[in-house]
This record gives sequence, C-alpha cells and structure tokens, in this order.
Amino acid sequence: MTKYIKFFAVGIFFGIVLVKSEAVSWYRIFEMFKFQSFHMYGIIGSAVFTGVLLLLISKKQKTKTIEGQLIRVPKKDKGFKRYLIGGSIFGLGWALSGACPGPMYILVGTGVFSMLIVIAAAIFGTYMYGVIKDKLPH
Amino acid sequence: MNYILEPWPWYVSGPCIAIVMYLLLYFGRTFGMSSNLRTICSIGGAGKKVSFFDFDWKAQKWNLIVVLGAMVGGFIAHHFLSNPTNIDLNQQTIADLNNLGFKNVGTSLLPPELFDWKNVFSIKGILILTIGGFLVGFGTRYAGGCTSGHAITGLSSLQLPSLIAVIGFFIGGLIMIHFIYPILF
Repeated sequence: MTKYIKFFAVGIFFGIVLVKSEAVSWYRIFEMFKFQSFHMYGIIGSAVFTGVLLLLISKKQKTKTIEGQLIRVPKKDKGFKRYLIGGSIFGLGWALSGACPGPMYILVGTGVFSMLIVIAAAIFGTYMYGVIKDKLPH
Repeated sequence: MNYILEPWPWYVSGPCIAIVMYLLLYFGRTFGMSSNLRTICSIGGAGKKVSFFDFDWKAQKWNLIVVLGAMVGGFIAHHFLSNPTNIDLNQQTIADLNNLGFKNVGTSLLPPELFDWKNVFSIKGILILTIGGFLVGFGTRYAGGCTSGHAITGLSSLQLPSLIAVIGFFIGGLIMIHFIYPILF
C-alpha cells in the first residue's frame, strides 16, 4: 500500500494544478480553439519547454529512477495515419465535451457528476476501438 | 495565500504539469491519463472477448491511483483553494458564446447549458456528452495517447508521432468549434 502513496500524492497535485490553471474549463478549451487567448498555449508550451529541459538535464546527469534504471520515455510506434486520424477524432471529442481524459476525472472531483456520462461514453469508445482496431488503418 | 486562491497563471501551471510528468518518469512510469480507460475495460472483463484488453491490468493499478488522487485534488482545489472568481476570458470569446446561446459565460468551470442535469437529459444534451466522450475514448486509443501522453510527454521527448497526433488534436478541435458548433448551437 505504501508504494502507492506517492502516486496518490502526484495525482492530488495534478488535480489541483489543472483546476487552478483553469485547464479543466470547457470555456478555456473553446477559447483556445478560437485562438482568442494565449492562456492554454502558454500552459502547454511552458509545460513542454520545462519537460524538454528536465529530460535533457536527466539525460546528461544520467539520473536514475527509484527502481534503478535510467530515466527514459518509451518510444511511440512509428506511423502516420493512426496519429493523424486518431488525433483528429480525439480533437473533435475534446472540443465537443470540453474535456480530455485527465480533466474528466478531475471535474467529477469538483462536483460535476454529469461528467460521469462523458467518462462512461469514453470507456465505451475505447472498447469499440479495441473491437474494430484490426480493420482500421494504422 | 492569495496567490494560491487566485487562478494560477500559465507560467506557473505549465511547469507544474511538467513536474507531474517528470515525477512519474522518476517513479519508473509514464504520464498517460487515457490508458486508464483501457484498464477499466480490462477490469470489466473485456479481455475475454477482445484481445486488446487481455493484459495484466494489475500492473496499471498505480495509474488508477493517480486518477483517484486527481479527483481528490480537484475536490480540494475547488472547495478549499479557490476564491469564487469568474474565468478571465477574452471579451470576444464571451460575445461569440453569447451568440451561440450560452449565458453567464465563465461564471463557473463548465457551461450549465451542457452539464446541468436538466439539460443533460434533453436529447441534444445527452447526445453531445455521449458522442463527445465516445470520440475522446475512441480517438485517444487510436492515436495511442491523449493530451498528457502526446502533447506533454511525447512533445517533451521530441517524438514525431506525438507531434502528428497533436496536429490531429487541433484539426479535430478546429473543425468542431468553427464548422460544427455553428450548426449545433
């Protein structure tokens, strides 16, 4: 049980950050896709900038995980179609429901229980992908 | 204390998200919220019928714990760490939403027009939430990740597939907001 406490703590921090940054807000997502505010671009941009720096530093310092391996990010499979088509389908849903998979859960925590319907539909969508995945271009 | 209770600026929030990603890597895992949807399918027994869900979900327990924490974090932030303030949206955004029929724009996190129970159970309301959720769940697995896995982790590690996926996110999002919203609302 104790080994899970750190994951629970990271999750709490994540939830707080996404609420305080308003990244969980449907309105902020709408505004982003309208290019009417820098806010969301600033969040994603500064997250990626910091992420690149942290990964470069840990590569140089040969930082190890608590399990003793070098810190590394698993490589995504090569491909084009799955990323472009899958990504576009995701984008349609993101803009329609205003929530991606992290914020969905966080919003339930803030008391928006109708988001449970979106989560149930997302689980069903994932299931349907698993069912027809071999028929799709990847 | 006021700094915490006010909305956080992007230059504080973004680096904090990178720290979340980095902490999970340091713990020997990777940041990816949408994987939990697949795990939940597997817990529900989908692996018996569909091989995509036939994996040892117990190895993914840590990620479900992150989700649980995120929900608690959402609760704490909303109830104890927030002054009631309106979202500081662009005036043009507010005007555009008013034109689409949304009222009291930005006075809560989400528009009551879509998420209040009385609207959820209209035909249009339930279709928007279920189709939106379905597309997120289907698309994220098809693309092999969502905002956390591709936009944050993938771009931070300079991976081309993630860049393509993020471009896809925006193609879909822009089509929805600029072409489909005017039909829907």
